[in-house]
Amino acid sequence: MVLELQKPRPIWQIMFSTHHTDVGLLYLITSLGFLFLGGALALAIRAELFLPGAQIIADAMTFNRIFTVHGTTLIFLFIIPFASAVGNYYVPIMVRYKDMAYPKLNAIAFWMIPPSGALIWLGFADFTWYATPPYSIISAPGPAADMWIFGLKILGISSVLGAINFVVTILKCKHPDMSIGQVPLLAWSFLSSSLIILVAIPTFAAALLMLLTDRLGVSGFFNPALGGDPIAYAHLFWFTFHPEVYVLVIPAIGMMYEIIPRFSRKPIFSYNSGVFAFVLLSIVGFSSWAHHMYATGMSFTEKTVFMVGTLAAVPASAMHVFNFIATMWNGRIRFSTPMMWAVGGIALFFSAGAGGVVNSAMPLDFTTHDTYWVVGHFHLFVMGTIAFGSIGYLYYMFPYVTGRMYNETMGKIHFILSFVGTVLVFFTQHVLGLYGMPRRIFDYPPIPEWIAMNQIASIGAMVIGVSMAIFLANMIYSSGKGDLADTDDPFGLGGKYYYPFEAKNPSH
Amino acid sequence: MGGHSNWPEWIYVGIVIALMTWVGAEAWEAERLVEHVPEDVEIIKVTGQQWFWTFEHEDGTKEIGELHVEAGKAYKFEVMAKDVNHSFNIHDYVVLIDAIPGRVNTVWFAPDAPGVHDIQCREYCGLIHYNMRGTLYVEEPSS
Ligand code: HEM
Ligand SMILES: [Cu+2]
Ligand SMILES: [Cu+2]
Repeated sequence: MVLELQKPRPIWQIMFSTHHTDVGLLYLITSLGFLFLGGALALAIRAELFLPGAQIIADAMTFNRIFTVHGTTLIFLFIIPFASAVGNYYVPIMVRYKDMAYPKLNAIAFWMIPPSGALIWLGFADFTWYATPPYSIISAPGPAADMWIFGLKILGISSVLGAINFVVTILKCKHPDMSIGQVPLLAWSFLSSSLIILVAIPTFAAALLMLLTDRLGVSGFFNPALGGDPIAYAHLFWFTFHPEVYVLVIPAIGMMYEIIPRFSRKPIFSYNSGVFAFVLLSIVGFSSWAHHMYATGMSFTEKTVFMVGTLAAVPASAMHVFNFIATMWNGRIRFSTPMMWAVGGIALFFSAGAGGVVNSAMPLDFTTHDTYWVVGHFHLFVMGTIAFGSIGYLYYMFPYVTGRMYNETMGKIHFILSFVGTVLVFFTQHVLGLYGMPRRIFDYPPIPEWIAMNQIASIGAMVIGVSMAIFLANMIYSSGKGDLADTDDPFGLGGKYYYPFEAKNPSH
Repeated sequence: MGGHSNWPEWIYVGIVIALMTWVGAEAWEAERLVEHVPEDVEIIKVTGQQWFWTFEHEDGTKEIGELHVEAGKAYKFEVMAKDVNHSFNIHDYVVLIDAIPGRVNTVWFAPDAPGVHDIQCREYCGLIHYNMRGTLYVEEPSS
């Protein structure tokens, strides 16, 4: 794959480079690799649940390991590195600086990801992505559990280093002629999500260390047998990971802010409201973490506080949706592949948010909590919104990164199949949750409604699988043999105005 | 904003805020009613452990995996766990509360009609979590 136009280079030169587009390419390829690995595990899970009884997975332990590594991989090794890839390519160019603020730190942050990925995959832990004690302390088999803890520890450090770099690049390295109010919304999204990381991650980093020493038996922070409290872990975990969901979604929204106005051939409806909503989300995102813990025995008052905190964040998310629709309104829209992904992503973002409101209403959550409803809810975000925005952006940057065009028909088929598949899998999972099916189960009793819904979901997953195979073929073939792209106007929008930023560094 | 007027967005945000306030108020009111425990509840002690439920009635009788109660009475569950976290769930009656070692969580319900319902564990608890199931038998009132 050619990184910068007319400059094919041997792979090791890219690997040892600290230049932002090189590091961006490394992030990109790594994250896509993990997308396919994690996706393969998802297909195994769905195949297993197609019918009651053991299907293709031999035993419950293997199943538990598979969904644990599936979730960990796609969140930490696909979504986050993919956002870093986009940030590396675009943020320095958007703030008109020659590179990231600290290029070596940038490369180091990237190079922490492969070893953590290896720890997670070679260990193959079984304690779910929350690693909840006391299970994770007294029951989860090592060394898998310990390797997972170390893997996440390293990923946390990598995230913090990356976040420092983005904050400094945007605030300190932007061109002196440029005011903060001129920084494009994609860069604002990285500023907001990086600030969340800096506040949120250290809490989980501490919890991980405590978990490790608890496992080693030298402490009992979360171990009730030694006077500790498992609920303390839940608070520390969710204090990091509710805000973290905004870390995942905000860059994807930022990517949509690049795609939607260009393909609507109109300026963004309101830049200010986009900035405002990003900043607001990154603040109120910290007021809702214990909405994951309604069933842990919290008092009525505590539950109320966290419900209000959760509902308070909804208007900020809703403002983005409004901004997108108002931008498309009366636009000369061109539904090229990136635009289809972005618009589909917005539709699913809206549906996902509606389900989130149901979860946050305390009495309703006792129906949905830890059922397949929750699995459907957050997959509409992580797959329907974040992966959709990211894949749309990948198609959008493809001609700039490779100098070639992807195959448009295959891109559209990829979108249509993925959209249909996503609706089939995750809407059905909401229904499954209402029928009471718990999440994280290897097998289930032959209740007719459960079987029917599981089968629809599994078929949907296979549809997504097929679409991803088409995607892979398109990317591999087109990056080497696709038509040469017209880098002034690869999408035929008619005019340079629509391409203010290119992934090609001007200083080269 | 480029100087254009932004009133549609303000109206929209206003509607979203109003909707969320309504959801919050309704949820608050419903939860308040749900959490109001009647005076004459019978206590049932529930213990979760890998991977089954045990029940102890007020009169000392114990049951494993099955629970027998009478329609028309109110019951309060005192839920505990022996080893790792579990979550005690009777989906048909929206009974859900985590069973956490070192704590006693409570939840109550009043089955209205005789019938058979599933009991399950809704918090991941390891190998046989998928089959940590039981059955609730709601029987005709005895008197
Ligand atoms: C912005 C993107 C969002 C993402 C990426 C996201 C992600 C998630 C994830 C991963 C979980 C499940 C965690 C787990 O149990 O493993 C979850 C649960 C939940 N989400 Fe979201 N969420 C988002 C937005 C929202 C919104 C807007 C709301 C509310 C208005 C919301 C309310 C909830 C609630 C209440 C739960 C707890 C459900 C339960 O476990 O019973 N989420 N979300
Ligand atoms: Cu949350
Ligand atoms: Cu259990």
